[in-house]
Amino acid sequence: MRPGLRKLLQRTNLLVGGAFTLLILLTAVLAPWLAPYHPTDEANLLYADEPPSAKFYCGTDSQGRDILSRIIYGSRISLSVGLISQGLNSLIGIALGLTAGFFGRWWDDVVMGLTNIMLAIPSIVFALAVMALLGPGLINVFVALGFTNWAYSCRITRSQALSAKSLDYVAAARALGYGRWRIMFTQILPNIVGPILVVATLGVAGAILVEAALSFLGLGVQPPAPSWGGMLSSAREKLFTAPWISVFPGLAIFITVLSLNLFGDGLRDLLDPHTSRQRR
Amino acid sequence: MAAYALRRLLQFIPTIVGVTLILFLLLNVLPGNAALMAGGPQETHVDSTYIELMKKEWGLDQPLYVRYLDYMGKLLVGDLGKSFLRRESVSGLLASRIWPTLKLAVVAMGVAVCLGVPLGFYSALRQGSWQDSVSMVGAVSGVSLPQFWLGLLLMFFFSVKLPVLPPQGYGDGALSNIILPGFTLGVGYMALLARTTRAAVVEILTTDYVRTARAKGLPAITVNRKHVLRNALILVLTAAGLQFGGLMGHTVIVEKLFSWPGVGSLLVDSIFQRDIPVTQGCIFFLILVFLLVNLAVDLLYAVIDPRIDYR
Repeated sequence: MRPGLRKLLQRTNLLVGGAFTLLILLTAVLAPWLAPYHPTDEANLLYADEPPSAKFYCGTDSQGRDILSRIIYGSRISLSVGLISQGLNSLIGIALGLTAGFFGRWWDDVVMGLTNIMLAIPSIVFALAVMALLGPGLINVFVALGFTNWAYSCRITRSQALSAKSLDYVAAARALGYGRWRIMFTQILPNIVGPILVVATLGVAGAILVEAALSFLGLGVQPPAPSWGGMLSSAREKLFTAPWISVFPGLAIFITVLSLNLFGDGLRDLLDPHTSRQRR
Repeated sequence: MAAYALRRLLQFIPTIVGVTLILFLLLNVLPGNAALMAGGPQETHVDSTYIELMKKEWGLDQPLYVRYLDYMGKLLVGDLGKSFLRRESVSGLLASRIWPTLKLAVVAMGVAVCLGVPLGFYSALRQGSWQDSVSMVGAVSGVSLPQFWLGLLLMFFFSVKLPVLPPQGYGDGALSNIILPGFTLGVGYMALLARTTRAAVVEILTTDYVRTARAKGLPAITVNRKHVLRNALILVLTAAGLQFGGLMGHTVIVEKLFSWPGVGSLLVDSIFQRDIPVTQGCIFFLILVFLLVNLAVDLLYAVIDPRIDYR
């Protein structure tokens, strides 16, 4: 096929995904200046269940709160859950994967055994179990998602570290007398950070989806905090009378997760020689 | 073959033990007094001797490792314990929920395989075309869709705007009731399978045996069917098995949304009621199905792919 077109398409993933991700990040940071109303305090039952209008661009919910403002503030919750929990996952995954790949032997067996067990538990189910243990709340969501999804980061870090271990630059570092920990963190890690970053980007998207699902079930972030998933949990009863309540928060989740996934895919195309080696 | 199956079964055991251990530890350090919860609503004052009695009844006065060994022993004979709230056995509670969940999973799986695999195959054959781009953008979107939102939208269009399908409930197993939840659950999985199939086919198209088959003048359709599709299906099957866990996890959300009386609804209800044995049982069931599917895939893999060594 035409290689120029394909290249452009791959870059489109990266550019469009990255641009939207940046836009959403900005929305979260600038929420107080962007939102026309306060997300929780400006409830006015006189304006309950208003359809979208010039006054309320996305309509209002059953308590008369502006849905757009709640969505804008909701980006803070979604992004913080995504970034913090995936940050924890990456830390755990890198620490375990790097040491397992580098030291090998019994430690590798232990880590891989644990990783396989973690992979056998679907992430939503695991998160549900942890939320059952801790009870609902934002901090608990961080914990539930931050300690249960590290297996992917761990696996990719381990396999990368394993193959990097036998490369010349590691041998060179050894010859220079670098210690094992120094080689691991200053030589190997910077060289394998690409694939880890790809997994992390997709992990942020995944965590946002799971948080939305937990909040939708009523086990995640609790009202009146404007969580996108939580906003949808009350929407089902209003489906007949006020369908716009179901539309916009879901759209926000969808666009955010899609942008991150596109960005992650684009990053992978850019960084991973495996997929860019594809034919023709 | 039998030896291979046996070895694969034996590898299955440590995973199950590990999973149960993690879940058991997780759920049994749960704050809040389980016996107190079982004794009645929190507001009522419960006699301390009664709490002791309840603790004894459920064996909660035993040390943790005794309880785990006890739990595992009972698990081996299919006994998942007794519900704290309802004085019923967990396996009894689960039994009535298993069929709806399996039905839902099978329908979703059917949607995913019947649409996802052909879509991925088609995309790979027209790699780089606009059809390929459109279907792959569609696949990324499918992966990014929050299922409960998709479900809400479908509910709105097909039950409110155009009232042709029931919005929720099991409807005594009527076909019209399973369409919406089945499709909702299947879409994400379909998108995943489309991506996997495309990647597999693209890779296989570069192999020497495909080039040879083409070079000896076989018609494209024969090459695609005999050489590409067959080999791609092996890869897709493996991926389908590994990603099946996600499907089992998502049943929880879809069931809750559509008031589907399956294991997922039971799980969410039990979490709200702090009915730990039931929570534990449901989670165990969902994971067991996932692991069994993977086991089946591995065995099937050995049957399909002659390169697998059975020894």
